[in-house]
Amino acid sequence: MTAATELHPEDAPQEVPPEETARQADPSAAGDGGWRALLLQPTLLALGVAAFLVWRVTAALSETERRQLGWTVLGNSIREHLALTAAAAVIVLLIAVPLGIALTRRPLRRLSPLVIGIANTGQAAPAIGLFVLLAMWLGFGFGTTVVALVVYAALPVLRNTMVGLQGVDARLVEAGRGMGMSALSVLLRVEIPLAVPVLLAGVRTALVLLVGTATLATFIDGGGLGVLINTGITLSLDSLLISGAVLVALLALAVDWLGRVVEHVARPRGL
Amino acid sequence: MSEATSAPPAGTVGSGDRHISGVAIRLDGVTKRYPGQDHPAVDDVTLEIAAGETVMFVGPSGCGKTTLLKMLNRLIEPSSGRIHLGDEDVTDQDADQLRRRIGYVIQAGGLFPHMTVATNIGMVPRMLKWDKQRIAERVDELLDLVGLDPAVYRDRYPRELSGGQQQRVGVARALAADPPVLLMDEPFGAVDPITRQRLQDELLRIQEELGKTIVFVTHDFDEAVKLGDKIVVFDVGARVVQYDTPERILAEPAEDYVADFVGAGATLKQLTLTRVGDVDLMQVTTATVGSDSAQVVAAAQAAGDGFVVVLDRRGRPISWPTVAELARTTTVPDTVDERLPVVGLRSTLNDALDTMLAASQGGVVVTSRRGGLAGVMAVETVMAAIQRTRTEVAG
Repeated sequence: MTAATELHPEDAPQEVPPEETARQADPSAAGDGGWRALLLQPTLLALGVAAFLVWRVTAALSETERRQLGWTVLGNSIREHLALTAAAAVIVLLIAVPLGIALTRRPLRRLSPLVIGIANTGQAAPAIGLFVLLAMWLGFGFGTTVVALVVYAALPVLRNTMVGLQGVDARLVEAGRGMGMSALSVLLRVEIPLAVPVLLAGVRTALVLLVGTATLATFIDGGGLGVLINTGITLSLDSLLISGAVLVALLALAVDWLGRVVEHVARPRGL
Repeated sequence: MSEATSAPPAGTVGSGDRHISGVAIRLDGVTKRYPGQDHPAVDDVTLEIAAGETVMFVGPSGCGKTTLLKMLNRLIEPSSGRIHLGDEDVTDQDADQLRRRIGYVIQAGGLFPHMTVATNIGMVPRMLKWDKQRIAERVDELLDLVGLDPAVYRDRYPRELSGGQQQRVGVARALAADPPVLLMDEPFGAVDPITRQRLQDELLRIQEELGKTIVFVTHDFDEAVKLGDKIVVFDVGARVVQYDTPERILAEPAEDYVADFVGAGATLKQLTLTRVGDVDLMQVTTATVGSDSAQVVAAAQAAGDGFVVVLDRRGRPISWPTVAELARTTTVPDTVDERLPVVGLRSTLNDALDTMLAASQGGVVVTSRRGGLAGVMAVETVMAAIQRTRTEVAG
């Protein structure tokens, strides 16, 4: 009865072409693969942390090195580094996401190339230059560092917010409006959920960028793991330099992994 | 106002006792001008659509038919003119509120990919603040109506459905809050011909049941003839060239323009006007799966039939072996012939001919609404119909 004109539920599965049936089995497989990839990263991370700890406990260190690599000093540096990253990330989210949304709405849509252009220029400027110039203007310290980090990391979030929203099929927006959803309700219930994967990828990029760039905070007295690296260079103590670099790398990997987990969980089902 | 056209009385449409839940639509001098364009996209259209009718908008691309459709639910705001739904002037009503009372179906359904079938269908009822129980019941009822098993499809996501199934859900979603008017913008444009034919048959069945006022934009004249109670043929600027029943547009095109648009195949297009249910079907020997082959063969030979239609236990045709093939078996086999050409009573002769050609068969099995056997139609019946219209045209 495949060609029955009057469709009955029993016929319906046969209507699905084989390749579409195959696609149905797909999401779960992809999901499993996704989780497997997500588990690989923390394993490597744990190995890295373990290696550093073993080295730190067993290595023969001079007095200066021991002081600089003391657990409290290290803990404080990491905490400062994370505080810089988190503060900048929150501000970036609060600024770039709403701005990205606004720039894809009709009244401001014409401005979007201009804003993207400015943001691109900001991104192209060397981070260290930005830090120093802002410090000369706003003074040294934590606050200035956060401002510099925000300026530097806003672009990926802004751009991905816009790209994600622009990537939503215009017919879906029309279908939503056509059935009587308000513009706001289409934005909240259709456009943003569908843009979430791209948007979150932008957030993750920004976070990793922030962890790396926050090492420059040391030059304008902003603290963080950069201090360790800088001290290592100044005193020609490779152990400090390498410890700082390794810790920053591990932190970036950890943040990246967290971002991936959030992306995986927040990705709307059915896509 | 030369295009001020009102259709002739709907004498040809259905029988008087048909249930109508739609309302009339009246367009009064509706115009759409875009800034920077010399000619209006829609120029002063006055049109009346009777309650419960299916009216097809056809015309070349860019003629303004889609713009006109979108002005009915104010996705595009008219520059001037009035739009009435029933007795109400809706031109200045709140657009969002208005659209919740007008079903809207677009190509490929326009389903939200991140929502399940049930959530998609329940969108408008949720906006209208129906309670959960009522929405759930309505969703199941609508899935049933469009021929999808609620238990199977309710919780699926759109990507897990075929194109045809997505389109069905799209129709169900548009019907969710039981709107009197349904706007359809080339809904079946993206599916394959066989699926399209089935979706058209389904729409005819649903419309027979519900009696909505449907405005349907298409570029396919055959589709217009098959589905429409009336057809509006548009020219550039949404100028109404002819507004009439399919029969009369085919028989008496108002202008050369319409004749050109209808095409040289107008004689063959008469095939689209004739439904399979309108012609005499052959009754053939049938056999139920598992019955004794020898008896069936004997019965077929007695009736002079060369083949037998095998029915499954629910009385639906599954294959049509020749008597010789059947004679080689002891009991009637339950093999399902995947290529068995089947059409419904509401299909057109055109559909039937397409189905025969697609299956390389000289006939089709015809099913009734419930899927049971209604008879068999041979290619000769189609040929006779062509011959008849040719003679009529010549005479």
